[in-house]
Amino acid sequence: MKKNLFQNMKKTSRKNLVTYLICFSFFAAVRIMGATDNLTRHFSSLLVPICINVILAVSLNLVIGFLGELSLGHAGFMSVGAYAGCLFAIKFKEILPAAVRLPLAMLVGGMVAALFGLLVGIPVLRLKGDYLAIVTLAFGEILRSVIINLNFTGGASGLKGTPQDATFTAGFAAVILTLFVILNLADSKHGRAIMSLRENAIAASSVGINANGYKLMVFSLSAFFAGIAGVLYGSSVSILSASTFDYNKSIEILVMVVLGGMGSIRGSVIAAALITILPESMRALADYRMLIYALALIVMMILGTSEKFMLLRHALSPRRLLSKAVKHFRYKKEGQNNG
Amino acid sequence: MADRTMVPFPSNAIVPRKDADKRPVLEAHHLGIDFGGLTAVEDFNLTIGRSEIAGLIGPNGAGKTTVFNLLTSVYQPTRGTILLDGYDTKGKNSFQVNKMGIARTFQNIRLFANMSVLDNVKVGLHNKIKTSFPASLTHFFGYSQAEKAADRKALELLDFFSMADMRDMPAGALPYGDQRRLEIVRALATQPKILLLDEPAAGMNPSETARLMENIRRIRDEFDIAVLLIEHDMNLVMGICEGICVLNYGRVIAKGTPRQIKSNPKVIEAYLGKKAEGKNA
Ligand SMILES: Nc1ncnc2c1ncn2[C@@H]1O[C@H](COP(=O)(O)OP(=O)(O)OP(=O)(O)O)[C@@H](O)[C@H]1O
Ligand SMILES: [Mg+2]
Repeated sequence: MKKNLFQNMKKTSRKNLVTYLICFSFFAAVRIMGATDNLTRHFSSLLVPICINVILAVSLNLVIGFLGELSLGHAGFMSVGAYAGCLFAIKFKEILPAAVRLPLAMLVGGMVAALFGLLVGIPVLRLKGDYLAIVTLAFGEILRSVIINLNFTGGASGLKGTPQDATFTAGFAAVILTLFVILNLADSKHGRAIMSLRENAIAASSVGINANGYKLMVFSLSAFFAGIAGVLYGSSVSILSASTFDYNKSIEILVMVVLGGMGSIRGSVIAAALITILPESMRALADYRMLIYALALIVMMILGTSEKFMLLRHALSPRRLLSKAVKHFRYKKEGQNNG
Repeated sequence: MADRTMVPFPSNAIVPRKDADKRPVLEAHHLGIDFGGLTAVEDFNLTIGRSEIAGLIGPNGAGKTTVFNLLTSVYQPTRGTILLDGYDTKGKNSFQVNKMGIARTFQNIRLFANMSVLDNVKVGLHNKIKTSFPASLTHFFGYSQAEKAADRKALELLDFFSMADMRDMPAGALPYGDQRRLEIVRALATQPKILLLDEPAAGMNPSETARLMENIRRIRDEFDIAVLLIEHDMNLVMGICEGICVLNYGRVIAKGTPRQIKSNPKVIEAYLGKKAEGKNA
């Protein structure tokens, strides 16, 4: 049988291509709906938040899914990036045009967040599991209180005057950049090293993997993208308030990663988009959001350790169902030809 | 058959005659480690020639795996020094001593279970793959060439154990014997000067063990490295080791050629004798 180009690709490249296709289709769909006036006001207000959450979930998945460490401080990195980037944007409001200002602000926010990632990463070298979760959680909370008590961040009343540069196109570009970097990393020698640490740190060290170095790298890279998401957020709200970045936000990102499947980038993308759209669409449920998240986490934890559920999930995976359907169809056709 | 005569080197150590005029690949001097109050290994001395196949044997709990953990810096020794190819490994991490030329397998298999067989070997090749960090993030700057070269090298290594056709299987799904072999391949991928094998034949049937013996010899000959192995299977140890070191209660009780060890009364009492007792009971 002749194989087409798609089938000839490496399995990972094929998977990645599907992820990119999903994103670009969504972008195109929104653009078409916008051009034909089918976009509700409400839905267009969700477009930038979707991009922000996708970046947050994908970058947290790097720590949780790929490195296998539990971090509950992602909102903290997001906030550092947001403030650094927004202060930069305010400073250069008059000097730079928006098209230059936003990317530069993102770079600044990302870099500052990455630096904080490095700082928080250092205790990570000694801590594991629950302890790490507690330290990162505390880090996020400390950061929030510090920001509220500083002057140049606008204190408790928030930072005003950030130019509103965040558009859906800019957010989408940031999503694609994030996906590009993280999907590429996952399929490289550095990505394999990270995953080997998750699988078995002692064995990884025994074959020459610098565990501490890679943990720091993952923490700061993940924080870098959280920072970018933060700048995007700061450039889309009129008042940037530190109270947004509490642990509820970190938990929300965690829920996206867990629901999407740890280690699955595509899962994170879809889960982040859905979790952004659903609560806003079902106003009545909005009050119970944290309760629902908690329940979802517990259910996922229980199901995640159940072998039967794993088998069921495998049997019901879209890929399998699709290939089954194709086989069924082929079989029928062949049967007709023979008969 | 390899030359089994052991000669003194440098003073109170012995290596096979063929390695006598070369610097030993590994030396341990007065090595000791305490776990709280328990002294697990004490005054451990060992010298291994550059192309020697050496055995480390002893009853359960004698401290064999602990010696491996000391040699690979999983533990830092409480006392003594380790020279790897002449360089002191004091204060070095596991990954650093691996770069210096020591690789190992584990008694309780430690594979990257959810990664493919090929990727397990490619993690072993990590420090040999010349892909820069920017290249990893962008897949430009020579990424494809380096990756292809790594694939080729990994398959070549897997082929050594005729495992190339299992490349896409998750390592955790392999049969037990193949998991042990994959661990050896992964260790070899780091291009060590000495390979440590912790009970490589555990759980293997006699025909598998016979093939393993042949392969250990082939590894030594084709990769031109030294091998130090821990094993309870006496046929294997006596069959391929040139020098043997016997541990009991953390101390070396005998060293020598297989023939010398077999007839050493201390060894018979501590090790073989115990085994006979166990069989009777
Ligand atoms: N991390 C540790 N902490 C405390 N005690 C330890 C530690 N590692 C090993 N030991 C002790 O050191 C002794 C030697 O153990 P080791 O695993 O080296 O034995 P072994 O010779 O490999 O035995 P086996 O043939 O059963 O594998 C044992 O008494 C063990 O309990
Ligand atoms: Mg042992």
